[in-house]
Amino acid sequence: MALILNEEQQMLKDAAKEFLAANAPVEQFRTLRDNNYEAFDADLWPAIVEMGWTALTLPEEYNGLDFGFVGLGQVLEEMGRNLTKVPLLSSIAISGSALVNSTNAELKATWLPEIMNGTKRLAFAQDEQNYFDPSAIATTATSTASGYKINGSKKMVIDGAGADAYVVVAKTDEGENALFLVEANTAGLSSSTDVLLDAGTYSNLNFDNVIVANNQRISEPGKGAALINLINNTAAICLSAEMLGMTKEAFEQTIAYLKERTQFGKRIGSYQALQHRAAKMFCEIELCKSVVIKALQGLDQKAEKLDELASLAKAKLGRTLMLVSNEAMQMHGGIGVTDDVNIGFYFKRARVAQRLFGDYNYHLDRYAQLNQY
Amino acid sequence: METTTKTGLEDFRLETRRWLEENCPESMRKPIKDSNDYFWGGRNAVFTSEDQQRWFERMLEKKWIVPYWDEKYGGGGLSREENNILTQEMTRLGCRKPLFSFGISMLGPALHKFASEEQKMRFLPDITAGKTWWCQGYSEPNAGSDLAGLQTKAEDKGDHYLVTGSKVWTSYANKADWIFCLVRTDFEAPKHNGISFLLIDMASKGVSTRPIKLISGKSPFCETFFDHVKVPKENLIGTLNEGWSIAKYLLTHERQMIGGVGETDQRKALHTIAKENLPLKDGKLTDAVLRSELAVQEMDDAIFEMTIQRIMDEAKTGVNAGALSSFFKYYGTEQNVSRMELMTAITGSDGLIWEGEDKEAMNQARLFCRSKGNTIEGGTSEVQLGIISKRILNLPS
Repeated sequence: MALILNEEQQMLKDAAKEFLAANAPVEQFRTLRDNNYEAFDADLWPAIVEMGWTALTLPEEYNGLDFGFVGLGQVLEEMGRNLTKVPLLSSIAISGSALVNSTNAELKATWLPEIMNGTKRLAFAQDEQNYFDPSAIATTATSTASGYKINGSKKMVIDGAGADAYVVVAKTDEGENALFLVEANTAGLSSSTDVLLDAGTYSNLNFDNVIVANNQRISEPGKGAALINLINNTAAICLSAEMLGMTKEAFEQTIAYLKERTQFGKRIGSYQALQHRAAKMFCEIELCKSVVIKALQGLDQKAEKLDELASLAKAKLGRTLMLVSNEAMQMHGGIGVTDDVNIGFYFKRARVAQRLFGDYNYHLDRYAQLNQY
Repeated sequence: METTTKTGLEDFRLETRRWLEENCPESMRKPIKDSNDYFWGGRNAVFTSEDQQRWFERMLEKKWIVPYWDEKYGGGGLSREENNILTQEMTRLGCRKPLFSFGISMLGPALHKFASEEQKMRFLPDITAGKTWWCQGYSEPNAGSDLAGLQTKAEDKGDHYLVTGSKVWTSYANKADWIFCLVRTDFEAPKHNGISFLLIDMASKGVSTRPIKLISGKSPFCETFFDHVKVPKENLIGTLNEGWSIAKYLLTHERQMIGGVGETDQRKALHTIAKENLPLKDGKLTDAVLRSELAVQEMDDAIFEMTIQRIMDEAKTGVNAGALSSFFKYYGTEQNVSRMELMTAITGSDGLIWEGEDKEAMNQARLFCRSKGNTIEGGTSEVQLGIISKRILNLPS
């Protein structure tokens, strides 16, 4: 398959660019942060639903557009450029995909239309450790007469505050990691929220004998590991698309600064020490563009080597975003480390995006393991 | 032969596959191991095996030495789609190229774009027939990265040019029949505006060569000397003093070739070689640092390959990818150099053998040495980064 956008995907990307420039430029991010770390722009979310972006990856059966992840990836990339804060990644790309790939028709019929029209939000609760390791799940879901009884705790739940329900990873009596849908108001479920380096809000959940009905189980017995793996791949790839947008934006802002800032009587972009570093970043970004579109296509085509593509994408974007966000700071000089300009936002968000769903080291190691070495 | 319909192309694929299976000798389907495996053609053509000769002659008869050139120049006249199919089928079987020729990969495209019809008819058919071994005369002892500073002069003597000077890094000049050369025809003009593109018969009086021994112990390059060499005026390609535009056009092709663009990777995976040579624990390399270096290399190799595909796909939709040749050259050669460095690490002490019983191991050390030239020839990595920053990023000078 050609590694280019088709006409409709390109139109969607152009529309996203235009819409976000008008309605959610990066200054909006600053406003939300300064407004006591508001989790996301409540006015923007219905407008985004109106644009149809919450429907892109949902099936037609539930009035979704079935347009695919290459499309959603273009929107996420443009959002990465603007550091747009909306629950598109958490509620649609990640949690929504868990439901779309579930065989639980009842849950799908209840939740998919509501997350699509933005009236309800889902958040994904997987991490328990201080690092990413989806195999280390201590939260348990024990079978009881009244349903599953969940005990344990979760952290790094993206957009967890104010979510209507959580897609929770827990270990069953059979020792299988499975997915459950737990409504936020269920008895025994408590939460707190941290603001991280990127001014984003991430929740900690505590499950104390939380009872959910049997029909709230998202993954079929025996299929939990595969579904969870798919969701982690999906999250890594979608996040890579967002990181591509951040990388490009931080790079372009830096190149513009190199052309404008004058020292020693010359524009600093004329110095070879900076030119060559800029050119090297350009090359790495060319690679990033390829691996992101390839991985997004892999999601749509249910590629056999999706594990590899996801790890290639997240590893490469992790490494490149770190490089570019660091160089962006250095090349901006003193002004870059002030809060007066926006470049520091990308530098901070880069660290959190790295951590989410596995950093560069994690995915490089996984890539080696997948290739048996 | 012209097939454009889908079923027509499918038939062409099946016919091609059948023909290649019947006509490509087994030994010509094995990966290239050393320089003996290449056939270069030329006036004094030497085949190193009967199979090599058979394969060349069959492809020549089929007109598939340069399958996509016009039939009037001895090409096969294949459409782009047909040529892609032929390439795919040859790759599938592992068929070697029947002829290695800078005439095909470098001079040919320049002649197609800049030469007169008479010149095309004079030079192209001998390229497709493998009758002329071409070499390139660009760099000079004092014009390396600063190529446009070249000083070899061609004086107008009425009915001919008189060429004096010397070239360096001319590939196989001691074996080549003809050389395509950049010469200075105007010493007054700014350096880029006084250069012309001249074809010179290596058998001309006053031409001599001296092989250069590389750190690999081999001599694929020469110095070439021109001592008052008479060159007929009809050997000038394009417009007098406008040779630099031909040079740039040709360098684009060279960069892509050195960067490995368009070649399918048939090499054994690095990690496979590492596992054959180094200690493992639970199936993982015990050397954790090396393991991570391998993964970085293989990650970037895999994504670079995707990038070649993406940019070619974009080019098909009309996006101009010309400026990206510096990116291909820079990244492709840097990857190759780091890959060869890793090869030396993962082949252990065997990979260091210079002379000995094990021919393959011996070759590794020499290939490693040769690879150090990759980031220098065809414009150094630094020159490419300079081009990217000026032409693509538009950074000020």
